[in-house]
Amino acid sequence: MTVSSKTGVPGISPGIKDVSRARAKLSGTTSTGFKSLLMASPLIAVLLFFLVLPIGMIVVVSFWQATEFSIIPAFVLENYEFLLGSDVTYRVFLNTLKYAVITWVCTLLIGFAVAYFLAFHVRSLTWQITLFLLCTIPFWTSNIIRMISWIPFLGRNGIANSTLISLGVIEEPVEWLLFSDFAVILAFVHLYTLFMIVPIFNTMMRIDHSLIEAARDAGASGAQILWNVIIPLSKPGIMIGTIFVLTLVMGDFITVRFMSGSQSANVGRLISNDVALLQYPSAAATAVVLLLTVLIVIGILLRFVDIRKEL
Amino acid sequence: MERRPRSFYVLATFFGLFLLFLYGPTITIAILSFQGPGGGLTFPMRGMSFYWFSDLFEQQAVGDIWGSFRRSFALGLMVMMTTVVVSVMAGLAFRQRFPGADLLFYLIITSLVIPSILISLGVGLMFSQSGLDVHWSTSGFGSQLTWTLPFGILIMFAVFNRFEKSYEEAARDLGASNWQTVRYVVLPIIAPSLIGVALFGFTLSYDEFARTLLTAGSYNTLPLEIYGMTTNVTTPVLYALGTLTTGFSFLIIGAFLGIAWRSNRRRARAGSDAGKGLI
Repeated sequence: MTVSSKTGVPGISPGIKDVSRARAKLSGTTSTGFKSLLMASPLIAVLLFFLVLPIGMIVVVSFWQATEFSIIPAFVLENYEFLLGSDVTYRVFLNTLKYAVITWVCTLLIGFAVAYFLAFHVRSLTWQITLFLLCTIPFWTSNIIRMISWIPFLGRNGIANSTLISLGVIEEPVEWLLFSDFAVILAFVHLYTLFMIVPIFNTMMRIDHSLIEAARDAGASGAQILWNVIIPLSKPGIMIGTIFVLTLVMGDFITVRFMSGSQSANVGRLISNDVALLQYPSAAATAVVLLLTVLIVIGILLRFVDIRKEL
Repeated sequence: MERRPRSFYVLATFFGLFLLFLYGPTITIAILSFQGPGGGLTFPMRGMSFYWFSDLFEQQAVGDIWGSFRRSFALGLMVMMTTVVVSVMAGLAFRQRFPGADLLFYLIITSLVIPSILISLGVGLMFSQSGLDVHWSTSGFGSQLTWTLPFGILIMFAVFNRFEKSYEEAARDLGASNWQTVRYVVLPIIAPSLIGVALFGFTLSYDEFARTLLTAGSYNTLPLEIYGMTTNVTTPVLYALGTLTTGFSFLIIGAFLGIAWRSNRRRARAGSDAGKGLI
């Protein structure tokens, strides 16, 4: 249809045929709209049953009451009152935020440097793809195994300690390597830097190289090109990476539990601890607050980037 | 060719260190899984043996590794096929405007960024309160789809953003029906990207932990089994299992990448018949 309108000869007045075609086109759009809806219906069904309804369920249960053995439908605010009235909550949320911010800074710096290297210093496409794949392959392997694999490095008699001792940097093995905040953040960076690399690399690959040449011709130094040309043009990728890293870290519970040896807490662990004690209403209330926090953060970040355009 | 600036060497070194950081730990446990029978969780190696691997094939004191592997594999295939089909359909759907498209898009993003434990908790509660049994193939399957589908659909968006519409128009001008256009023109063109979607579907399901935790029921998937082992197994048998599953993942990834590479080459060789026509 679009072809015919493009190739229509100018100067000939629209005849009856064109009018009827236009009418067919109009009714066609409503039927394609319906067809699209039909095509999207499996997706809609999955999201309805396994995303929308479960969230609804969590919201409902967050107002229920719990006894030691069971949960009772009710409408009480005690879960929220307890949650918001407790010091622990604020400390744990603050701790979660701390993990998120530190991990974000580390992954951004590493991810940007890696993406920059791949996009602007590696010259052949084959090598770009190969090295990029090398960065992404670990994403398709097990996170838990990747956490476990830090044990021989960070343990008391691990590689890090014995290397430092043989170098004479320390005399006694340091204890804070494994099962500490340091280990938690190291694992986060290890697991999630990829989520920065991929979107930043994606936007960098679209930067027109003539812009950089133009800047160079105009006398910009390397640092100026980086700061005034490349970073502003990479912003959408940085934003998408930020969304990924912040939400993954804020919603995590397993990394913190495993890498801190159950010594530190974040919101996810608060929820999973309640679940382990069968305190579902209290877990649900915490989950609602966590979800709101995450959605607010995403809402703010989405104002700076149009995800669909960047794909 | 231009001479490489000094920053190239600095960044190349940094990149090398990053790869070491990425793969070093995995390689370390791969080496340590060959510990002798008396070896521990860290270096030094006390001999070389397959002791811990053979231990995996013995009757386990805790858990059921091979059963959980079979379940994870089956679930991975289920999730993979569903992800491919549903993502392609949704990708095609999003090429036109339809009522609720924006809302659906935001739901997809929510599905991607929502903390996994919320899905686990919500689906678990929903099933238990409505009297349904949680089982890896029902509640676990659905929960994993909320993680794999967004990736599949985002890939489809990326594919269709770059899709040359004139091929379809050509097909239609030659009298192809809608279905014929999709079947003989669109699908063959996007096929290599579907391999990517399948790779995400399988591997993300096979390694998924948080969303399956409260939704798998009494039969564990492999990641849940491994997680259980971390709390009570303190021998290199853990590394042996880790090495095996990582090796299996590499095998799967290699197979998918190999297929993608081959289909790209085939297309480059045989895709165009320019210059071969009758004149």
